[in-house]
Amino acid sequence: MLGNKKEEKVRLLDDNGLRVDGRRLDELRPVKLEVGVLEKADGSAYIEHGRNKILAAVFGPREAHPKHIALADRAVVRCRYHMAPFSTDERKSPAPSRRELELSKVIRESLEPSIMSEYFPRSTIDIFIEVLQADAGTRCAGVTSASLALADAGIPLRELVAACAAGKVDGKVALDLSDIEDKKGDADLPVAFMPKSNAVSLLQMDGSMTEDELKQALDMSINACRTIYEKQKEALRTKYHVEREEAEEEEVAEVNA
Amino acid sequence: MSTTHQSSPLARLEQKTIQDIILKGKRIDERGPFDYRPLTITLGIVEKANGSAQVYLGKTRVLAGVKIQTGTPFEDTPNEGILTVNAEFVPLAYPTFEAGPPDENSIELARVVDRGIRESKAIDLSKLCIDPGKKVFVVFVDVYILDHDGNLIDAAGMAALGALVNAKMQEFEFKSGEIRYKDSKMALPMQNYPVPITSVKIGNSVIVDPCLEEEQVMSCRLTVTTGKNDDVCAMQKGGLGTFTPEEIKQIISSAIQKSRDLRTKIISKVN
Repeated sequence: MLGNKKEEKVRLLDDNGLRVDGRRLDELRPVKLEVGVLEKADGSAYIEHGRNKILAAVFGPREAHPKHIALADRAVVRCRYHMAPFSTDERKSPAPSRRELELSKVIRESLEPSIMSEYFPRSTIDIFIEVLQADAGTRCAGVTSASLALADAGIPLRELVAACAAGKVDGKVALDLSDIEDKKGDADLPVAFMPKSNAVSLLQMDGSMTEDELKQALDMSINACRTIYEKQKEALRTKYHVEREEAEEEEVAEVNA
Repeated sequence: MSTTHQSSPLARLEQKTIQDIILKGKRIDERGPFDYRPLTITLGIVEKANGSAQVYLGKTRVLAGVKIQTGTPFEDTPNEGILTVNAEFVPLAYPTFEAGPPDENSIELARVVDRGIRESKAIDLSKLCIDPGKKVFVVFVDVYILDHDGNLIDAAGMAALGALVNAKMQEFEFKSGEIRYKDSKMALPMQNYPVPITSVKIGNSVIVDPCLEEEQVMSCRLTVTTGKNDDVCAMQKGGLGTFTPEEIKQIISSAIQKSRDLRTKIISKVN
């Protein structure tokens, strides 16, 4: 993923310690979340995280198909992470790459601990993540949006899962790497976290970090997950609060009629 | 699509037994919680490969082979050789391994091993360039799982490293658009030695190097790959459970410690 970091040296931090896009080392890119954006899906969400644009949809719980994949004591969770051919600089073949297959697995494993799948034996819960535009940190933005889509589908969750990466640029630990920082930087550490349970459900790392840097980056990304978690709750409130007000207005209208 | 697997019913029966033993600070195979199983590594057992290594980690057995061929470089790295890692979960290794295209488990394993080698810059790929933008050496690392008794990632990572340090290639000259191979052989330009260490969480306890029974009842695992200067170069969490941040930090520290002995053991096999 990190490609060739050797060629020409690019300065990723300026004299004031600011990054290429003007952020401080511990500053998140702008995050925008929206819930219930698709008509036919049981639950859906859209995220813009920096220049990432990602749609997530959830179908289910629904009858397991094919039947033999059903489990007697819990729902089967299925997950597909996929990048649109036009989402990257060079066209990406629409066929699933080894990278996408691996990410589908780690994303599923990051969301499953939050799902009360024991309530839905013999059924499936299907999660689809489509990256429309990629700008580093797609797996984390994918997790953040998919967790919202699960909540929007009305699936009982222990907690929302929020995700954010930290990494290292020009020898300094930095939060939420952008595309160029990811490609030219020294390390990347994606983390998914459930704040109330104090539980890390996704953790990967590549690059090179000392033990201390790694621990610092872990704390930094977990902190950012807490911030994103608040934005997730806000996004849910924005959708459902409005709907409740509308419902109450309708009720009042009915009583008056 | 990535799908929840059925957990082994037998494993679920054993879960409490295994958990209770670990709570007493022991293991079902009488190891301590942070003891690694005995590692045996034999280099060069496949003569036709450029390099090979067989690893026994307890009863887990993994064979890795390195083949070096020429090919075209990637557009964004015209001056570098190419590394590719592939893993085969051979059907003879385990009752549920099936022939056919690689599934998500073998892809994940191969990619974790690949990240360790690539990110630690174990091979100096710039020395494997023949004609910039046109011709480079391609290093194929193929990992063969032969017997599955748990912790395949560590066994595969160490077998791959063993096969790389064991690899020999023909020395060459590039003159007026042609490669001329010399009679003498050289080793791969190695500059780091990444070693993966996997820990798993069972109940609320963390143990290192799970055997198969432990792996089947684990809630989650964390692999930490460390290079020669104690720098961490790759990590991967797997499984349906979660770690607390404190557990992760503890696992990182102990993996860095543990990897030193194993690295020495693998390097000492060369010559």
